[in-house]
Amino acid sequence: LPAAVLLKDTKLMDVKLGQLGSWLAMRDFTPSGILGAVRRGYDRYYNKYINVRKGGIGGVSMVLAGYIVLSYMWSYSHI
Amino acid sequence: MNLTFFDQFSSPSLMGIPLILISMTFPALLLPSPDNRWITNRTSTIQLSMINLITKQLMTPLNKKGHKWALILTSLMIFLLLINLLGLLPYTFTPTTQLSMNLALAFPLWLATLLTGLRNQPSASLSHLLPEGTPTLLIPALIMIETTSLLMRPLALGVRLTANLTAGHLLIQLVSTATIALFSTMPAVSLLTLLILLLLTILEVAVAMIQAYVFVLLLSLYLQENI
Repeated sequence: LPAAVLLKDTKLMDVKLGQLGSWLAMRDFTPSGILGAVRRGYDRYYNKYINVRKGGIGGVSMVLAGYIVLSYMWSYSHI
Repeated sequence: MNLTFFDQFSSPSLMGIPLILISMTFPALLLPSPDNRWITNRTSTIQLSMINLITKQLMTPLNKKGHKWALILTSLMIFLLLINLLGLLPYTFTPTTQLSMNLALAFPLWLATLLTGLRNQPSASLSHLLPEGTPTLLIPALIMIETTSLLMRPLALGVRLTANLTAGHLLIQLVSTATIALFSTMPAVSLLTLLILLLLTILEVAVAMIQAYVFVLLLSLYLQENI
């Protein structure tokens, strides 16, 4: 019988659909929380694509392409 | 039509949140993060070798007391280099086109070099205001001139960076607009303009790197005089 885990600590894949609203409400939306989430997400990407033995140009290029897309979304109203 | 060319320099904001912060902190994601391994990944190795090259180049003319400035000068150099180069990608925002940011970088650092000199060796740093071998009659005028040029240094540092980058971005936008406008009527001239655009882009990449270097070099020069 698996031990009961607090809703706060469950990963997104294990959250039931009915609990999704309360799970989202419990997340940390302060600036340092958001920064931490960005850092963790980027660390996952970095360790998968850039921090490998024979990494090529693709890892960094994907980051730059994502930055271009993000900037396009922000400046769409100016164009 | 005239005003839209300068729209690219307005500080972008999404629902009131200034996005210039993200443009300034994004280069940090591209830099090598500390790893406990002896041999790091290829990207980190290349970047760290570049940083070593830059630091050695900057610190060679400085004496031992000046080596305390190594961290700030190297990080400033990397910061400006990355921001300038990232600004050349399409649709991105270059924070260094804002005069406010460049003056905010130039003024405190220049003031720090000046105060270091005045505090540690006041007579030697003041003597820089009068070049050797000037005729006696010219001395008052020359001291005024040298003081003015000393006080102009932070303004020159900031404005140089701003003007170079702004002019480059504006030229790219103008030439590309011309290329597209000419394409329907005179394709041959449009091709010529495309060639000019290509050369201009190469120039801009060079200018982006050179301007960052010049900024930090001049600062280290002011430091050498004063430390």
